[in-house]
Amino acid sequence: MSNQTTINLEINGQAHTLAVEPRVTLLDALRDHLELTGTKKGCDQGQCGACTVHVDGERVLSCLTLAVQVEGRAVTTIEGLSDPGAELHPVQSAFLEHDAFQCGYCTPGQIMSAVSCIREGHAGSDDEIREYMSGNLCRCGAYPHIVEAVREAAKVMS
Amino acid sequence: MRDFSYLRAGSVDEALSAAAMPATMLLAGGTTLLDLAKCGVNAPERVVDVTHLKGLDTIRVDAEGAFIGALAKMSRVAADPAILAGFPAVSEALWQAASAQIRNMATIGGNLLQRTRCAYFRDPASFPACNKRVPGSGCSAMEGVNRGHAVLGTSDACIATYPGDLAAALVAFDAVVHLGERKVPIDDFFLLPGTTPHKEHAMQPGEMITTITIPASAAARHSTYLKVRDRQSYEFAAASAAVGIEFEADHETIRDIRIGLGGVATKPWRARAVEDALRGKVVEPETVKSASRLAVEGAVAHGGNHYKIELAPRVVERAILKSGALA
Repeated sequence: MSNQTTINLEINGQAHTLAVEPRVTLLDALRDHLELTGTKKGCDQGQCGACTVHVDGERVLSCLTLAVQVEGRAVTTIEGLSDPGAELHPVQSAFLEHDAFQCGYCTPGQIMSAVSCIREGHAGSDDEIREYMSGNLCRCGAYPHIVEAVREAAKVMS
Repeated sequence: MRDFSYLRAGSVDEALSAAAMPATMLLAGGTTLLDLAKCGVNAPERVVDVTHLKGLDTIRVDAEGAFIGALAKMSRVAADPAILAGFPAVSEALWQAASAQIRNMATIGGNLLQRTRCAYFRDPASFPACNKRVPGSGCSAMEGVNRGHAVLGTSDACIATYPGDLAAALVAFDAVVHLGERKVPIDDFFLLPGTTPHKEHAMQPGEMITTITIPASAAARHSTYLKVRDRQSYEFAAASAAVGIEFEADHETIRDIRIGLGGVATKPWRARAVEDALRGKVVEPETVKSASRLAVEGAVAHGGNHYKIELAPRVVERAILKSGALA
C-alpha cells in the first residue's frame, strides 16, 4: 500500500477526502471506500452499464474511470438523484410505476442512464430509447417495461 | 489490474516527455486502457492522464474541412451540427459505436488507438500465445473460434480485426492524423500485421495524437455509414461500409466515390478497386452489385469468418445504393 495518493472528490454535492492507489476505479472508491453501494458492479469491464454514474452531468461508466481522474468534477450516483426524504426522481417513480425490473441489480445503472437519455433528448420514440439505452443490459429481460418507464418519465420531465 | 504511478500532464510537452519513458501509457477516456489493464493485456508502470490538457478538444469545420482535437469526446463529435452536415458518415459511425456512456468517455484520439476484440488477444491467462502480445509466440485464432476475425489484410502471424467504426469513415475521406507537427495520412497511420502484428500504427514512443483533420469534399457531404452486426446496438461490426458519392452535373454519373470498410480487415480498409470500377459509371443496381464484389478481392477466410466474404460486398452494395440516393 505504498503507492497511495490522497484525493478530494465531490460526490452527490458532498466533499470527500480519501487515500487510494491510482489504480482504484471510481466504482470501487464509491462502494468500498465511501460505502455508496447503490452503484453496482456487474461485469467490471465496461460491457453491462450497471455502474453508470454522472460526472459533470454526463453518464459514464464508473468501472472504467479512475477515482483520481474525477478530482475536481461533480459525481452523482443513484443515492444523490433525489434528496433523502424528498420525492423520488421522476425516473425512479416511473420505474416503480411500470415495474421496470425483476431482480433490480441493473436498476441503479438503468435509472442513471435513463435520466441522461431523457436529458440528452434521446427519448423521442421507443426505437430511440432502445438505441440510447443499449449500454445497460438487463439479464432478467425487463426491457419492455424499461422502455415504457423511460417513455413515461420523459413526458413528466419535459 | 497491476498498480501504476499516476501523473496528470499539465502540458502537451510534459505528456510527451513522460510518454517517452518505458512502460508508460497515455490515459484519455480510459475505455481501452483500463479495460485491457483488467484483462492483463496492459500492465503500465506509469499512466499519464492527458484529459486535463486545455485546447485539445476543439471541433471546427470550415471550407477546408474538419479539425477535430484528439480529446474531443465521441458523443460531442457525433452530435456536432457541422460534422453532421459536412461528414454525415463520420457522425453515423460514431453514434453507432459503443454505448452512450462509452461515447461520453472515449476521445477521438483514443478511439483510433482502440485494440482488437480478438478473444485470444484479450485473454493472456488462458492463451499465453499471441503474436500481437508476444511477438513470435503463435496464434490461437487461426484454428480457433474466429467468427469475428478479419478476411482482408491478414498474415500468417495475425488475423485480428481492427474493430473501430470511426476509422472506416476516416479512411474513406483521406483524414490526416496529426502527431503534433508530424502529419500522417490515416491509411499510412495504421499498419498491416505482416510479420509484426504488435506494431499497429506509425506512432513512435513520445508521440501523441493531437488533432485529426478531414478534408472537405462533395463525397463526404453525401455520405453514409452502414453497419451490420449480430445485435442491433452496442456491438462491433460484422461488416460495415462508409460510402460517399459525388455525381457529375447529370446527377447520375459518378465523378467521385469513396469507400471505407470496417469489421472485415486488420486495419481500416479502403476499397479502392470498387471505387475505380464505379468512377464514371451510372449508379444502377447490377453495376453496383458486380463492382461491390471487388471489395473482397484477395480475401482469405479461416473457417468461422467465411461468411464475411459474402457479407462484405452486400454491405458495400447497400451502402452505395443508399449513398447514391442521398447525393
